[in-house]
Amino acid sequence: MKQMKLVLIFPETIVEEPITYHLISDYGIRVNILRASIDPGKQGRMVVELSGEEIPLSQGLNYLERVGVQVTPLAQEIRHLEDRCASCTSCVPHCPTQALDVDRESWKVSFDPEKCIVCLSCLETCIYQAMSVEERFV
Amino acid sequence: MAKTIEEINAKIRSGKAVVFTAEEIIEVVKDIGIKKAAREVDVVTTGTFSPMCSSGAFFNVKQPKEKMKLGGGFATLNGVPAYAGLAAADIYVGATAIPDGDPRNSNGRPGRYRYGGAHVIEDLVAGKKILLKGGSYGTDCYPLKTREQLVGLDDMNDAFLFNPRNCYQNYNVAVNLSDKPIYTYMGKLKPKLGNAYYCSAGQLSPLFNDPYFRTIGIGTRVFFSGAEGYVAWPGTQHNPDAPRLENGTPKTPGGTVALIGDMRQMSTEWLRAVSFTGYGVTLSVAVGVPIPIIDEDMLRSVSVTDAQLKAPVVDYSEFYPTGQGEAKLGEVTYKELKSGSIHIKDQDVPTGSFSSYALARKVAHHLKQLIQEGDFLLTQFQAPLPGAAIGKETSQ
Repeated sequence: MKQMKLVLIFPETIVEEPITYHLISDYGIRVNILRASIDPGKQGRMVVELSGEEIPLSQGLNYLERVGVQVTPLAQEIRHLEDRCASCTSCVPHCPTQALDVDRESWKVSFDPEKCIVCLSCLETCIYQAMSVEERFV
Repeated sequence: MAKTIEEINAKIRSGKAVVFTAEEIIEVVKDIGIKKAAREVDVVTTGTFSPMCSSGAFFNVKQPKEKMKLGGGFATLNGVPAYAGLAAADIYVGATAIPDGDPRNSNGRPGRYRYGGAHVIEDLVAGKKILLKGGSYGTDCYPLKTREQLVGLDDMNDAFLFNPRNCYQNYNVAVNLSDKPIYTYMGKLKPKLGNAYYCSAGQLSPLFNDPYFRTIGIGTRVFFSGAEGYVAWPGTQHNPDAPRLENGTPKTPGGTVALIGDMRQMSTEWLRAVSFTGYGVTLSVAVGVPIPIIDEDMLRSVSVTDAQLKAPVVDYSEFYPTGQGEAKLGEVTYKELKSGSIHIKDQDVPTGSFSSYALARKVAHHLKQLIQEGDFLLTQFQAPLPGAAIGKETSQ
């Protein structure tokens, strides 16, 4: 069993394609939708966690690319700019998965991209503009 | 066994001063007790790094060959309006100033406030040039009417921070009792007690360690964002009459100080612009105040712990903005706040801070090192802050 968190970008031409249905029924992939925003007629994006066996997973990814969905690993999307972070902890109560957390001995705030679901709440709450995101997500 | 500032400075000059931070002293007192610690320790350093209420910078901009009077005209710095009503070349930019074109909170959406007066200050401290635009009406002695020029700190005769209110001695813990999220100067508060924000370094915070202002007064030299700064005056809203706990510390926002310091000595390691979504821009500065251990009472004050400091919990959805609604939501200790969760109205409420304890610690350690190396001498203040208990017995 393999797991991966991905960001799926849909061009407006395929925004009505039932992609999750095909991933589940055609490839037997478990799809956990962490976050989705799809406006009809516009570009959509979805943050998903896919899990399944190696071969069907790669077949599912091939399917996504074939229909024109842009697939990027999630970890690349949100960045913690450590030189701007003051470790104030203002992000901590807003981060739903503790991807941003503070060590209560050193009082340093750290970011674990594995836990991040790109909810973007840190972008709104970080006063030092220390969280950044790829432009297409802003 | 009272020690004078002169005696302590003599030890600092000879490299023999015994210095601890306000966090370390807690352990020292546990080990050897108040009496012995008061004899052996000379200085305790405090520190804080946080957005501060009221900050800004004065500049005197070098005149071009054909001179211009900014006073009575206008000046902007990277589009941020500065106050020009002083003289020909003096301007003041407040940390919260924002460009006229900033969308603010229009269309019912919380603004992001990505650039304002604090960013101008940070850019200049970082060594960057910013665009000065000035306009005026022209006089016989100052004929030039418009000016547009990139300026850095080298283009200023003077550049100093003058912050009317910093280092609040304690502050509110902000929560939201309403059923929708709100955007405040205490951050984004989730509905129905979804989170709580506090803003103090607690046991490291300067004025918590000298609750009766016995050693901190007008003229006290402080570490100020990398510079040697000074307490210029009591801060605005300074309130020595706040209700106090038995250990002397206020239970609500109490004393404040106005600080002044040369921007050329500052660095962005210790000074940062901040943007509060839905609220605006302000400036985070680093302040470290050395506290001379003049007697046992002073040592008792600086050994205060987070468990012994309390802050009031205030609803920012109704009570703070309107004075209506539920006023008393209780008090919590800084130890509870720093645990990550506090208990209010039978609910566990996750906490976050705007004051960086990691950087407060760094400030206190840095100041300790400066003093140990003989690079920072203490001052006797020139006049006390209002409400100071000078020479009075303050222990219970």
